Amino acid sequence: MHIHIRNGRLIDPGSGMDRTDDLYLAEGKIVSIGSRPDGFHDDREIEAGGMIVCPGLVDLSARLREPGLEYMATLESELEAAVAGGVTSLACPPDTDPPLDEPGLVEMLKHRARNLDQARVYPVGALTQGLKGARLTEMVELHDAGCVAFSQVDAPIANLHVLMRAMQYAATFGFKVWLRPQDIHLANHGVAHEGEIATRLGLPAIPVCAETIALASILSLMKETGASVHLCRISSAEGTALVRAAKRQGLPLTCDVSINHVHLTDMDIGFFDANCHLMPPLRSLADRDALCVGLMDGTIDAICSDHAPVDEDAKSLPFAQAESGATGLELLLPLTLKWAVENRLSLPEALARITFHPARILGIETGQLAIGAVADLCIFDPDANWVVSHTELRSQGKNTPFLGMELYGRTRFTLIGGRIVYG
Amino acid sequence: MGVHPQLNKNGELQHLLTTEGLPAVILRHILDTAESFTGVTERDVKKIPLLRGKSVFNLFFEPSTRTRTTFEIAAKRLSADVINLNMAVSSQTKGETLLDTVDNLSAMHADMFIVRHNQSGAAHLIARHVRPEIHVINAGDGWHAHPTQALLDMFTIRRYKQDFHALRVAIIGDILHSRVARSQIHALTTLGVPEIRVIAPKTLLPAKVERLGVHVYHNMVQGLQDVDVLMMLRLQHERMESAHLPSTEEYFKYYGLTPEKLALARSDAIVMHPGPMNRGVEIDSEVADGTQSVILPQVNFGIAVRMAVMSILAGN
Repeated sequence: MHIHIRNGRLIDPGSGMDRTDDLYLAEGKIVSIGSRPDGFHDDREIEAGGMIVCPGLVDLSARLREPGLEYMATLESELEAAVAGGVTSLACPPDTDPPLDEPGLVEMLKHRARNLDQARVYPVGALTQGLKGARLTEMVELHDAGCVAFSQVDAPIANLHVLMRAMQYAATFGFKVWLRPQDIHLANHGVAHEGEIATRLGLPAIPVCAETIALASILSLMKETGASVHLCRISSAEGTALVRAAKRQGLPLTCDVSINHVHLTDMDIGFFDANCHLMPPLRSLADRDALCVGLMDGTIDAICSDHAPVDEDAKSLPFAQAESGATGLELLLPLTLKWAVENRLSLPEALARITFHPARILGIETGQLAIGAVADLCIFDPDANWVVSHTELRSQGKNTPFLGMELYGRTRFTLIGGRIVYG
Repeated sequence: MGVHPQLNKNGELQHLLTTEGLPAVILRHILDTAESFTGVTERDVKKIPLLRGKSVFNLFFEPSTRTRTTFEIAAKRLSADVINLNMAVSSQTKGETLLDTVDNLSAMHADMFIVRHNQSGAAHLIARHVRPEIHVINAGDGWHAHPTQALLDMFTIRRYKQDFHALRVAIIGDILHSRVARSQIHALTTLGVPEIRVIAPKTLLPAKVERLGVHVYHNMVQGLQDVDVLMMLRLQHERMESAHLPSTEEYFKYYGLTPEKLALARSDAIVMHPGPMNRGVEIDSEVADGTQSVILPQVNFGIAVRMAVMSILAGN
């Protein structure tokens, strides 16, 4: 299949390329930029005038809810949502039912995803059996089955001895450990940021120190074990400062933030809006602003959607009892564009945080727009506006704090390995 | 959202969910209306037909005797049909969701729901969900709000102290877990009380509580100085299990209201308690039963205040 993409604004965040030109794809790869290769016959031409052509988005946290939680979402629904959002690669965390803690489950997931032939799925394996924080999983086996890293997701290990051993063991084989810094005892079943809003609403609160103390432990254990760590969904100003200092010391550390936390604060909870029940909790305005600064200065490498489709019933409960999480695959692009506009960041810089940087963290070759690169592409209209609604969202989860909001940026075509999977 | 959670589009009370953001004019209207009902409660068994033909559902997902009973009495004095549902042992344990329960009861032509739930925001959730002709009264949700308790407290203060603008009020005890304290603070603020104090150990104060407009004290000797109104809070025994406090004995020693500590307040200060009391834990019997205590009148005013709230809602 030879595809000729005409007149698009080509943005390659990795190299900084940003120019309007033609792109030629063949055998699943980018074969030329600008000039038509000899003997290239268009099987398909895409007119991309006024549109942006960039690497497909790479999402570091997208729950697909399989196996076991199909009442919330299925692979079919969520991978369709992914490509509709321009996401071509995604890491799925192991908090399924059962958790991704044995090779058979991972192989099954990979197999199902391959058959659907939509976005590329990179499973993150459980660091401990059943995510219980006690016994290690067979990481090598899981790696061979397709796991790209190991994580506890939202079930932090309480016993630091176990965490140290897990990091040591992962480091033995060069596996990356993905951790969301949160001390389980300090979090104490809280559901909102400890501050004025939680105080007014009478909600059990999670103090910032639940993040910073866990972070300090992780940083010490990195030095002790030599493990390389990716920090998931940091939420606070103080946490960002710790990451900045650790990176200056040269620790092998990367970090992401959820797109929700880039835009929202605990004030958005309003009168107990369960769509704002997220983990980690939405924090204060000062925290959100510090996260944005951290994103701009490179302390935070990537933005993830933290996609978590939740069924209507599980959200129609009092705030603390409502299931946490928000759907996000289809919002990652427009909300990143919104963030870029608000912070006067150039498009290549903003897109780097959802393409090139997360691809490097995942250790995959996509995320660039260069000759010879795999043709995973997102072609979007930056000026197309749409209103987030139940009907617009393809994800089975309609739960998002952004319902009803008008956003700019709509994916027109998504290509994976040179094949049009959306558009 | 954007829609006000408890006022209708004319700015009238549609539900009573919290005292926060409740306009002073509505607050005073409730107190004035309650005043007009005190005669009724004292005249005994004389019914008023304001809620005749209306069905009031007492929806208590958490055990309560006093609050549920006063709501029931108030509704009956207004001639309403009262249906008591003890949800703690009902459909919820059979797996029915909160909103399913509400839908089923709405289908039985409920006009008003009185809701008590252990989760903050439960009454808001129900109020957002029900048909517009149904009114919801929050009878206590988690740690968040207990507006009718706060209103009856305001009624009591007005009875004994008249002018809110000249008062120093202290709220003493477990502020962190108290829906009563939160609702009191907002009501007192709206009614113009210039100085509200909270007195508690740091473990029983929520973060940034000063942002609610209160002065924070950790010491009863300083905190009770020149106070006109003392509002005691109930201490739950589980606070000892969760490392908030070492023992009830030590708590009583430093924060229990004894005659000696009461003597630090103004000589005409009144002592209040939302009940049920733990004698010897947060309050000494001598104070609870003493001349400055207005704890029993509080209970009585509770009926008039709840009649006022129900009749105002039914009229809107």
